[in-house]
Amino acid sequence: MQILYFAWLRERVGAASEEIDPGSARTARELIDRLVTRDERYALAFGDMASIRVAVDQEMADLDTSITDAREVALFPPVTGG
Amino acid sequence: MPVRWLCSLRSRVAEDMADAGPSVSSVTASISVQAEDFDIAAEIETLTHGRGDVGAVVSFTGLVRETAGAGRISGMELEHYPGMTERAIEAIVAEAETRWSLDGVRVIHRFGVLAPGDRIVLVLTASRHRQAAFEAAAFLMDYLKTRAPFWKKESGPEGANWVDAREVDDAAAERWRE
Repeated sequence: MQILYFAWLRERVGAASEEIDPGSARTARELIDRLVTRDERYALAFGDMASIRVAVDQEMADLDTSITDAREVALFPPVTGG
Repeated sequence: MPVRWLCSLRSRVAEDMADAGPSVSSVTASISVQAEDFDIAAEIETLTHGRGDVGAVVSFTGLVRETAGAGRISGMELEHYPGMTERAIEAIVAEAETRWSLDGVRVIHRFGVLAPGDRIVLVLTASRHRQAAFEAAAFLMDYLKTRAPFWKKESGPEGANWVDAREVDDAAAERWRE
């Protein structure tokens, strides 16, 4: 599964994207729980879950949306365009 | 003179009421996510050229402010999510088209490195009457700010900072749900 990071989340994780085996994770929240146990970088990047937004296959979603059949999951801070 | 003016106003109002029904005409919406600057007058001309049915065009342009909080900024970098950005804006425009009778929509959102005073975003809405155009433009901007995947990073004398999302922007978008 392709995982994308944007803005300060990209900077803190240290990558714009990576291929990750979601294992048994069924949602972005479960995926993040997995990541934070893997490496200190993720624990720092995902320290404040209230600031994490999610898109599943390029559609706005939330932390508890199913990612089971997703090709691409993006994680990012609240958007600030316009 | 005043009498004639009144008559003409009255007949315009009658026309307004006659065609207030739901519009079935297809809307031309054009969306660009680009690094390049844009020419507002040329965009309005493109949107309205040969369109005798359009009676109102509302134009909103967002610019890079030179102040951020207490400090001055020297530049701004706009990051976006290629692929999703266009889809998200299309969805926002499609929602505007279900709410208002629009005859044309143009959205341009820039990304990359920008300087204070630079244009960031353009929203044009064309309609038969002004109210739909005004409201749809406000709606599009409120939704672009809260639903399109862009992130701003400002640079200043003390380094670079990611701009925080503002609650007032969420509240502005929320009012359209009422």
